[in-house]
Amino acid sequence: MTDWRDRVPGRGGVALIGLGVVLLAAPLVANDYLLTILILILYFAYTGQAWNIMSGFAGQLSLGHALFVGLGAYVAAALYVHFGVAPWIGLVAAVAVAAACGAGIGFLAFRFGVAGVYLAILTIAFAEFARIGFDHFAWVGGSAGFFLPVATYTRNDVWNLRGNPTMFYYVILALTAAALLLSHALLRSRLGYYWLAIREDEEAARALGIDTFRCKMAAVVISAALTSVAGVFFAFYYNNLFPEQVFHISRSIELILAPIIGGIGTLFGPVVGAVLLTGLAEGLREALDVFGFDAPGIKQVFYGICLLVVVTLLPDGVWPPLARALRLRPREGA
Amino acid sequence: MTRSHVAALTRRRLLAGAAATASLLAAPAVVRGQGAPLKVGVLLPRSGAQAGIGQDCWRGVEIAPSILKDLKLPEFAVMNGDTETSVDVARSRAEKLISDGAQILVGAFDSGQSSAIAQVAEQKGIPFVINIAAAPPITEQGYKFVFRNFPTAPMILGDAFANQKELFEATGTAPKSVVFMHVNDTFGTAMAQGIGGVMPRFNMPYKIADTISYDPTARDLSVEVAKAKATGAEALLMVSRLNDAILLTRELVKQRWSPMAVLSMGPGWYEDQYIKTLGKLSDGPLSFVPWYDPNKRLSKILEAALAKAHPGVNLNTNHIYTFEALLVAADAYKRAGSADPKALADAIRQTNITDNVSIGPGIQFDQKGQNDKLKNAGIQNRGGKLVTVAPKAASNAKPDLPMTPYDKRA
Amino acid sequence: MPAEIYLNVAVSGLLTGLVYGLMALGLSVIFGVVRVVNFAHGEMMTIAMYLAIVLFAAFRLDPLVMMVPIAGVLFALGYAMQAGLISPFINRPEHMQFMLLVAVAMIIVNTLLILFGPDARNVQTSYAFDSFAVGPLIVDATKVYAGGAAIVAASALFAFFRRARIGTAIRACADNYTGALVVGLDVKRLYALTFGLGAACVGAAGSMLVLLVDVTPALGPSYTLLAFVIVITGGLGSMPGALLGGVLIGFTEALAGLLFTPSAKSMFAFAILVLVLLFRPQGLLGKKVA
Repeated sequence: MTDWRDRVPGRGGVALIGLGVVLLAAPLVANDYLLTILILILYFAYTGQAWNIMSGFAGQLSLGHALFVGLGAYVAAALYVHFGVAPWIGLVAAVAVAAACGAGIGFLAFRFGVAGVYLAILTIAFAEFARIGFDHFAWVGGSAGFFLPVATYTRNDVWNLRGNPTMFYYVILALTAAALLLSHALLRSRLGYYWLAIREDEEAARALGIDTFRCKMAAVVISAALTSVAGVFFAFYYNNLFPEQVFHISRSIELILAPIIGGIGTLFGPVVGAVLLTGLAEGLREALDVFGFDAPGIKQVFYGICLLVVVTLLPDGVWPPLARALRLRPREGA
Repeated sequence: MTRSHVAALTRRRLLAGAAATASLLAAPAVVRGQGAPLKVGVLLPRSGAQAGIGQDCWRGVEIAPSILKDLKLPEFAVMNGDTETSVDVARSRAEKLISDGAQILVGAFDSGQSSAIAQVAEQKGIPFVINIAAAPPITEQGYKFVFRNFPTAPMILGDAFANQKELFEATGTAPKSVVFMHVNDTFGTAMAQGIGGVMPRFNMPYKIADTISYDPTARDLSVEVAKAKATGAEALLMVSRLNDAILLTRELVKQRWSPMAVLSMGPGWYEDQYIKTLGKLSDGPLSFVPWYDPNKRLSKILEAALAKAHPGVNLNTNHIYTFEALLVAADAYKRAGSADPKALADAIRQTNITDNVSIGPGIQFDQKGQNDKLKNAGIQNRGGKLVTVAPKAASNAKPDLPMTPYDKRA
Repeated sequence: MPAEIYLNVAVSGLLTGLVYGLMALGLSVIFGVVRVVNFAHGEMMTIAMYLAIVLFAAFRLDPLVMMVPIAGVLFALGYAMQAGLISPFINRPEHMQFMLLVAVAMIIVNTLLILFGPDARNVQTSYAFDSFAVGPLIVDATKVYAGGAAIVAASALFAFFRRARIGTAIRACADNYTGALVVGLDVKRLYALTFGLGAACVGAAGSMLVLLVDVTPALGPSYTLLAFVIVITGGLGSMPGALLGGVLIGFTEALAGLLFTPSAKSMFAFAILVLVLLFRPQGLLGKKVA
């Protein structure tokens, strides 16, 4: 079933290093459009991975993760606009708020034994709460939107996250790499094993003496904290925030498509999923343009059909069978 | 017109357009010279939540080429971008169009999406002409390549109050109190935020008895209307969208409340769908919105072209401002003499089009890229059509105030 | 505010709640028996609503009259979906079920967009603008008819599950899956039947709702969410619970809108949901799960 042990880089490691080099060099050859796509891919890979920690590794399904993205975004943006606090410092506050929120939700849920679908719906409820709440929160613009002042692009200011796409690309690349490393470390740690046990059979895990409450809380808090960093990035990349868009359930769903399609609970699932889905979306658009199908909505129909096919034929996601086919050493759950 | 019919029409045009463009490009090319059609990237939400509006704006794009040709303006080739009502997609589409060679961008109806596209445009140095987006911050960023030929929320509010006063004086009636209802979305909230600052300047004859905001996705507005009715206000001051306008009117009828006037400062109450759905019950509401000047020459031409292409569709804000954005683009291209983005942007900055459609002295941009000379109209639904009742200089009918009560209509 | 406003709003909320309850009933049946997280629930209702509109445009028949045929069509759709698509997913983890139905929902919404366009459609019956004046009360006529129809449809469903043999068989499956298998029930077929019944419920609810609300292709998701809130509040596996939940949510939202800002009234539904999930997870009328 799952092979947790980390082997010395075999074919997999080489492939990974190769990929890393390609990604680092990408801005040199890619035009800005391709770069924007890569940023999107990495963004979804990052948030997918953060979500994966709670819902994949620990098996606590969350359908309201947009809540943490939004909290991170708004906290950092508000501090920047109202107090001139740089995003890297605002990030600390953003993470703190999101982690506290996650802890709150986790506490409520796990103390009262809410699990499975009920937990998922609870997370939706909180995200919706936040959406409606922020719609009325005048200090950050309410539903009229919160706009960050956009400076000129003469130079890259990494400290204030103002700059051209290349700068944002490297930032999100670094974040995604960090998320992967963290996930890898978590999987190999004792906590990771406890999560696996809880995911497979919580009763048995508890019987073995594992403090399931603390483990699950850890999962939620870590996941929330990581996700909020994506929110900070989002705020400074797009420079405008609307509660309807940031906290909306469609965002939560969008976020989880990549890890589920890629392979929930695996290390590379979210990345593979992000690449596939973003590539699919763009590819479909191109193909439909070429064939002259101009009906709005047709791209989403094909997209839905593709999702349907993948979900039906590949119940574990794309990555596990792909890894097996390429005979890469499985580094995590298969 | 059925969905598939429109889709086929668009596909045919797209292929025809592509063929035409291809043949033009195949001809011996003059490097970046005049003569090559201007590549205009049009970004609109044609799917997703704002699909209806995006597709309506598209109609303005469809009828533009022949009219601009008659005005002796250079041709342009439209590059279509669907923002899918999403900020991410808007941004990546903008990048894609630019990398595919778009020399100017036009769009995108929504403030959030327009803002994202504006950043890309500014960064790449490609001019971006905003057709419709009312959030003030977009032109407060110090952009050099972003232009907006559309009023900001405070401008719409100011003209709304001025026009209302004009109408009250002309008819000799005015409500003593109003209830302000607004949809809790980007535009509605921007308007609500602006009222506090704008209204006191006008010394309006009425007081706002209560402010009621409602959810844009609300399917049932009976509570909201009940609340409004309970305030005892004489008239309704509104900012809504299309679906809520229809729902609200139905509730007004069912709850047996006919306000003396519906003073709307946004979309919905004048739209085709509203008139078609409610029939006789659609008459009466006054809308204070960015509009066209029915007395201007180009307005009549535009109206005729739209009637020919889409019979039964009334000319409205979406068509007018999308058309004018293309007008700006073509006019700038002619004056710049080249498709170099910087030259285009400089040309746009010098724009002074007096032969246009919207109300006001014409299309000019201030140093922030905003056309601050735009004026808004007061229009009224009458017998299934729309008449312009204010400002006097741009009107073609007298106002009907107070509104005929709903239960007195046959 | 005068007292009759509260009364008006309360009655209005109650009647609308009945229709919501019928919609949620469909989900309660599906979720309670087949245990599938039907995230395409609202979208199925949207199909029913468009069907009502098309039939009305073609034959001028009142949606309440068309309720039965529309429910029938949705039954067939639901049966086919379960038997053909969803069946292998019953034992798969929730996130996969969720993904499947999200994909289905996406396909439905966008196909409807392509077929019908984005403009809102509605059914304009002769009584669309009527209201009854009962003393100080002004009650919306369409709400009364829709609410009444909801009660009739729900009663029919209750009767089915109490009396009909198939109904009891389905309840047996829900109560004890293995036991049902042991006594030789064809569980797969019963599941398909149940999904079909749930879909039929949603179809009936849709033909009522089309009188109250205008349809757009993107209407589905908010109703899916609402259905889940109602089902959980009322109690999984409890049919009267679904109706009660619907009425409670309809009523609360209406009053909350009156007392506070209407734009925040959905928060109350979610607040109720959170409270129920924490303190009475089996719902108001549900049985405690062993």
